[in-house]
Amino acid sequence: MPGSIQSIERAAAVLRLLGSTDRPLGLGEIADALDLPRPTAHGIVRTLREAGFVDQDVESTRYVLGRGLRELDRGGWDPHDLRAHAMNWADSLAGSTGQAVQLGVVADRAVRLVHHVFRPDGSPQRIRTGECQPLHATALGKCLLAFAPVASPPVRDLDLHAWTGRTCATVAALEAHLGVARRRGWASDVGEYRSGEGSAAAPLRAGGGVVVGALAVVGPVEDLFGIGGELRAGTAGQLLAAAREISQSLVVAR
Amino acid sequence: MIERVVAAIDQGTTSTRCLLFNRAGRMLAVAQREHRQHYPQPGRVEHDAAEIWRNVMRVVPAALRRAGLEPRNIVGLGIANQRETSVIWNRHTGTPLARAITWQDTRTDGIVARLVDGGHSPMIKQICGLAPATYFAGPRLQWLLDHVPGARAGAEAGDVLFGTMETWLIWWLTGGPDGGRHVTDVTNASRTMLMDVSTLSWSPKLLELLGVPARMLPEIRSNSEVYGQCTTMLPGVPVAGALGDQQAALVGQACFSPGEVKCTYGTGAFLLMNTGSRLAESAHGLIPTVGYLFGERPVYALEGAIAMTGSLVQWFRDSLGMIRTAAQIETLATSVPDNGGCYIVPAFSGLYSPRWHPEARGVMVGLTSFINRGHLARAVLEATGWQTREVVDAMNADSGVTVSRLKVDGGMTANHVLMQFVADVLDVPVERPLGSEAVSLGAAYAAGLAVGYWSDVEVLRANWHRAAAWEPAMDPALRERERGNWGRAVNRSYGWVQSPSPD
Repeated sequence: MPGSIQSIERAAAVLRLLGSTDRPLGLGEIADALDLPRPTAHGIVRTLREAGFVDQDVESTRYVLGRGLRELDRGGWDPHDLRAHAMNWADSLAGSTGQAVQLGVVADRAVRLVHHVFRPDGSPQRIRTGECQPLHATALGKCLLAFAPVASPPVRDLDLHAWTGRTCATVAALEAHLGVARRRGWASDVGEYRSGEGSAAAPLRAGGGVVVGALAVVGPVEDLFGIGGELRAGTAGQLLAAAREISQSLVVAR
Repeated sequence: MIERVVAAIDQGTTSTRCLLFNRAGRMLAVAQREHRQHYPQPGRVEHDAAEIWRNVMRVVPAALRRAGLEPRNIVGLGIANQRETSVIWNRHTGTPLARAITWQDTRTDGIVARLVDGGHSPMIKQICGLAPATYFAGPRLQWLLDHVPGARAGAEAGDVLFGTMETWLIWWLTGGPDGGRHVTDVTNASRTMLMDVSTLSWSPKLLELLGVPARMLPEIRSNSEVYGQCTTMLPGVPVAGALGDQQAALVGQACFSPGEVKCTYGTGAFLLMNTGSRLAESAHGLIPTVGYLFGERPVYALEGAIAMTGSLVQWFRDSLGMIRTAAQIETLATSVPDNGGCYIVPAFSGLYSPRWHPEARGVMVGLTSFINRGHLARAVLEATGWQTREVVDAMNADSGVTVSRLKVDGGMTANHVLMQFVADVLDVPVERPLGSEAVSLGAAYAAGLAVGYWSDVEVLRANWHRAAAWEPAMDPALRERERGNWGRAVNRSYGWVQSPSPD
């Protein structure tokens, strides 16, 4: 069995020290208290700060426990926090693509919609927030299966019901789709849940790159995809850019 | 071809933001900075105007960087601001003489009580359309003149200037001590209790009544015209639009026809109905106000102001520690099926529209051992719903037009439980437009119209797209029963404060 790793032990000691007092600590105090050379202590607090586990007061340059630490025992992101962070960019994505936008998270063995922006064409639409959709048959679901392996159930445990003729109804077919999604960074649905309705979804990443949800553009298959089944030019870029902006806001808000 | 966009500054109660919009009204970038809230005594809420100007100088370049644009891409700059927040400053140095007194501050209750006791209300109401209240800027200016050392003498000598936040920012943007333009717009001026609402000019009678030297006041201008050019930050860019935030949202929501209504859910909530060329009288506790002035003829509006909506959620988060973020109130509220019989009346600084009870204070009623945090979260959200209902009822009665749908915007529209509840208690559909940034968009529209970026308001109307709609789904008998309970709860908030605070 390998021995323990000294730098992790020291990082843990820094966190315990910061947690032992209400007052922000200076670098010198930390180094002295733990009997570490200043450059070593500095390297540790800087790394912890980058990970979000230590915050530095801008004016005094002293250190306190980071907000990221408090999130560790929270059991994931609150879906309503996700919506609040995503709202502006989801609107913007609906505006630039002319399609509906949805945000989904894993709930039990399905995707739950936590946000829905109408297709901005004035047509009658019903708000679908709160609805559940199958993981294997929607872009949101496949995106979460592909990028959030811990939050999602194993593929072999899913009921691969064939909602349409295009649904991935076997583990092999679904795994192949997930492989494609992982390679190109987004998942698609070409009428696999509802005939004629398609979608493309990209992951939303919070601190540490952990995927906490997925963002999808949803519309008629023929609007979203070309004849060869490829997503229309520009749409993937807009989707990924919106997902990146939302992810950035999640990391900053940590 | 270089990309052309309009910039908007939204100088709000808690933060200052800069947003960039393209011709389709789509937001391209946003940058934001919060400023400190100062609470020196109960009932007092102040901002540091210099801090707010520094924040403007940070958020505007930050928004440009995010969009990958430069000052030459900006065709015009519009401002929307928290209304009624008042500051006085030295025109030679640009230094505020005191912290800005915000719209939530109730220190002028003594001044207002004396105006009412002195029998001045009818005259005030006849000239400016407003019944005296601590809400408006004029009494704050009188308080500053009476209490800040050197203020009155400086104002009389022409060394001290007054402004609401748009005035302060336009002055700095266009040069500050070095030739800055000292102007305000009709919507902000209409909230001072100093402007004659029929002539849209300062009323000598009201200035005399409140003891305000005319030379310290800014020039009143329309909402959409070039006030001056930026000298710093965006050199040469015209400052071409200014509106109070709620009127900006009316414009941003494209409520250009009489009878159209919007409600912005932020710190407080504000319903405005376009009443066209007619300045509607209110017999039901609403505020007749200027909606906007583009060109020659003003468009008027009726306003219902609810003091605490988002700020109640903030209190629930920060003072009670019930939730970590504002959004999590929805999570907590959905942990229970209903309010469990609990009601919260958030009369923290009295009740505004339509009841206007300055002496009321907040109450929480119906508490039993059964009530948990989830019920309280419901009661917090429902308070916003019922207050909206009371204002809509008043609007229906005053305007003679029945509100048949409500356009909503603002941060709280992210809360779907709340939006569904508003639809349920109003019994009309609630609609959110694509881009809930109606306040900033309205300021951008005003600036863009002035510089010819958009040709007219019809073009702007086509930019409005429905992004979400909530249909009423509450059983009518339940709605009536709950409305009765809410009314009984409100009655219990009355008469708590027994005398106005000393000055």
